[in-house]
Amino acid sequence: MFSEFLINTWIAGSVVAVVAGLVGFFVVLRGSSFLAHALPHGAFAGAAGATLLGLDPILGMGVFAVGGALTVSTLGRRGRNDVVTALALVVMLASGALFLSLGSQYSAEVFALLFGQILGVSSAELLPILALGAVCVVAVVVAYRPLLLASVLPEQAAARGISTFGLSVFFAVLVGLATTMSVPVVGALLMFSLLVGPPAAARLFSADPLRAIPLSIGFALVIVWASIAAAYLSSLPVGFFVTLGSAILYGAGRGWFAIAARRPAAA
Amino acid sequence: MTETPVLEVNGVGVALSGRTILHDVTFEIAAGEFVGLIGSNGAGKTTLLRVILGLQPTTAGTVRFGGVRPGRGAGVIGYVPQKVALDPDLPLRARDVVALGLDGQKLGIPLPSARRRALVDELLSSVGASDFADARVGQLSGGQQQRVLIAHALISQPRLLLLDEPLANLDIRSEQEIVELLARVGRERGVAVLLSAHDLNPLLPVMDRIVYLADGRAAAGTTDEIVQSSVLTGLYGRRVDVLRIDGRVLVVAGPNDAHGHDE
Repeated sequence: MFSEFLINTWIAGSVVAVVAGLVGFFVVLRGSSFLAHALPHGAFAGAAGATLLGLDPILGMGVFAVGGALTVSTLGRRGRNDVVTALALVVMLASGALFLSLGSQYSAEVFALLFGQILGVSSAELLPILALGAVCVVAVVVAYRPLLLASVLPEQAAARGISTFGLSVFFAVLVGLATTMSVPVVGALLMFSLLVGPPAAARLFSADPLRAIPLSIGFALVIVWASIAAAYLSSLPVGFFVTLGSAILYGAGRGWFAIAARRPAAA
Repeated sequence: MTETPVLEVNGVGVALSGRTILHDVTFEIAAGEFVGLIGSNGAGKTTLLRVILGLQPTTAGTVRFGGVRPGRGAGVIGYVPQKVALDPDLPLRARDVVALGLDGQKLGIPLPSARRRALVDELLSSVGASDFADARVGQLSGGQQQRVLIAHALISQPRLLLLDEPLANLDIRSEQEIVELLARVGRERGVAVLLSAHDLNPLLPVMDRIVYLADGRAAAGTTDEIVQSSVLTGLYGRRVDVLRIDGRVLVVAGPNDAHGHDE
């Protein structure tokens, strides 16, 4: 389970968990779960397109995820965000289906992008994950306060001269980058659940953002580690365990929150 | 007062897609003054506040702040917008919201600082929010949230505090408490307050002056000067009666002159 081959899996899974827990905190804070759903699934279509053209799938994913992020955030400025996101998602999915049908083989590689192939991460795949992961973490740490203010109190942020539109584009691109690095490892479905589940649970356990964020990262790490171990031991898909873990933690969080809400002084 | 006014609004006009929202709005606010911006829904109150904040382009006129044209920037003007929706499970305590008012525009994660904490505590205490400083802000009552948002707006020590309908959706008791709180912090901190409301009665005991908006046009002066049948009739362009009952003021549309029997 800790063989040289699987070491890459543990490293990649941990980096993905840290980024998902951190970026996901703001996904939940901004009510951007739908964006976190659309970008990973759209990115899969980019990988299918790249495979068709004989290019590196991660390149196609990056183009689709970041391009989708820019499209959604720019068009969402003057239109309904959910509608724009939905249309971007279906356009990307439809092109993914087209690319797959044009391709000579229903590539196992592309299939893995939807459901993840965490038990087979090569050293060559590890490098972009580490690099993009570092970029995402630094970006969130640097933008922390303005992003928090603009997410919670957008009008006050604008009155202070913070560009809320600029920040929403910045954030969408950040989700796109996190998607690009993560989808080859955990797959589109799981990246979505990691971006939403652990942070949604963490914010129920603590009202202090500087505690809720480490908690969110911790939850994501525990879920990913436990899922890798469970998948290895049981030979069942890793994705099932990730999603199950997220749901269990969120359920526990709701229980905790309901109890804490009854004690008025404690918070 | 010979001192430079905190705010000078001079001949401001705003048109949105051909429709006039504000027309030739002119008034001044002196340091520490409490001014009510009164008008019914759609009169242009929010637009005028956004003009002052530099968020709404004008088609005419100027806004000067302390004698100079304002740039958008942190701490110059404190702002409490009209609708602030805070989810019950939002992972922010009241003190976090106040701290964001101090340095929310700065980059990086805030380092623990005794000075920062003391300043946040001082503001929480001056708005009467110490008791729920560590509570989740989304679970506080409307009046309590309003206090926290006022502390958020005040902590950067602005010279002008703008509030957009802060009394809307409050019960009568909280309404009165917030008005008294604003009058007190304005006095103590030397902050001028410009507060928009559709009803001027809760503000009568504390208002130094009034800016009355109707159909995008404004009249400014003391309450007695402005809230008169003749002035408001001119502003609305139709007959308006002002009734005074036990120190309260009612502004009502007068009977239609052309058809005297219409109600």
